[in-house]
Amino acid sequence: MTVLDTAPARSGPPPALVPVESPARVPKLVEQFEGGLDAPICLTWELTYACNLSCVHCLSSSGKRDPRELSTQQCKDIIDELERMQVFYVNIGGGEPTVRSDFWELVDYATEHHVGVKFSTNGVRINEEVAAKLAASDYVDVQISLDGATAEINDEVRGPGSFAMAIRALENLKDAGFKDAKISVVVTRQNVDQLDEFKALADTYGATLRITRLRPSGRGADVWDDLHPTPAQQVQLYDWLVAHGEGVLTGDSFFHLSGLGEPGALAGLNLCGAGRVVCLIDPIGDVYACPFAIHEKFHAGNILEDTGFGTGFKNVWQRSPLFQELREPQSAGACSGCAHYDSCRGGCMAAKFFTGLPMDGPDPECVQGYGEPALAAERDKPRSSVDHSRAGGRKAPIPLKLLTVPPKKFCNESPV
Amino acid sequence: MAFDPDRGWRLHHQVAVRPEPFGALLYHFGTRKLSFLKNRTIVAVVNSLAEYPDIRSACRAAGIDDDAQGPYLHALGVLVKSNMLVAKENTP
Repeated sequence: MTVLDTAPARSGPPPALVPVESPARVPKLVEQFEGGLDAPICLTWELTYACNLSCVHCLSSSGKRDPRELSTQQCKDIIDELERMQVFYVNIGGGEPTVRSDFWELVDYATEHHVGVKFSTNGVRINEEVAAKLAASDYVDVQISLDGATAEINDEVRGPGSFAMAIRALENLKDAGFKDAKISVVVTRQNVDQLDEFKALADTYGATLRITRLRPSGRGADVWDDLHPTPAQQVQLYDWLVAHGEGVLTGDSFFHLSGLGEPGALAGLNLCGAGRVVCLIDPIGDVYACPFAIHEKFHAGNILEDTGFGTGFKNVWQRSPLFQELREPQSAGACSGCAHYDSCRGGCMAAKFFTGLPMDGPDPECVQGYGEPALAAERDKPRSSVDHSRAGGRKAPIPLKLLTVPPKKFCNESPV
Repeated sequence: MAFDPDRGWRLHHQVAVRPEPFGALLYHFGTRKLSFLKNRTIVAVVNSLAEYPDIRSACRAAGIDDDAQGPYLHALGVLVKSNMLVAKENTP
């Protein structure tokens, strides 16, 4: 599951586990998680689809603000509910979440209500003043997205000027005394050779490196074939994680690689947490199984609408038919009989779905190579109807202005 | 601080304990680490630590005899290492 950093890579299998064995009648922890918890451990909350950048691999196809975006009060009501459910923290993203004029108000509200905040940003708003404010809080974690250790490689994916923007944010955080920012990298064919450089960059800014898997989600579907690491690079990545992974976060997103070595060599919970221990709330209150699954097939419900199981997040989490189905024992399908099924469990649901592979077969990046013939065959790649990309493709970063109310309709001129 | 079961410990003030059917989830808002308590006995011990002068007596109160405390002490030691538990200030 990709949004849950249980611990730095390679510090255990799973490292934070307290090794008191359960009585025999209690199912193993991984089975408990597969059966779903009464509340997510954490969840991803995309606060807006508006973004000043247009990254080619954007998992949420962000760009334009959605006029139905949740109001400040609606967001606070959700935070109240998350507090009651004891959801430990939210991973706030977007879009670029900091372009919401109430962003800091919501961050403060969440932390005051015992919901921890990690937010992902391209750095656009992390000026000296904001960095100082962040440095003063114990409950906010900041992830700066960077997809190349050099401007050349980063800007190819994230757009012109985005490398400089991220570095400026990291400098401001460091100068303000913010401890342990995260540099969040999506591993691609182009940057997989830069892992050491990313680590060095993180060290320079007193930050922790966080690397995650490229998914064919959102606009990522259009570029995945060209950007996803080759089979040889997957091995290289795995070896790097095992050899140098101490202190590197992975969001547990590389569990599809765990068949490359001994069980437990890769840290974390090697299972898909979608709809079981994590989920996604999108900017308009739609709840999906995971952040990489913005598609009607993985749409569990909407927090504001009663579609048969009441309103509110708790009802969607506990009562939606989709989530109940995801918590049922899953069939290994074509993977049954594979010696590595126990370690990868068929890989990532979203990766299979958006590459047009069967859900009960191998991951497209299956380390045993079973994904490749499936990818080579005729396939029908599903498109999501949720797309907030700006028309006309990518231009330079969009100048920002804050809006206090959402626009009446999709506005293509300015994302905010 | 090294783990010493003969002194008093308590949960770090930034740690939240969420009861679960299998035991509990622990989350540390400072280190942002998650831990799992895998049965309800260890949960009872962790939740009651602050009331006892030392770990051994907290274990006894939760029904864990001295000769069965090994795995529990180990588990609590792990929690100390990850800063989920901190030493009580006023105990020897």
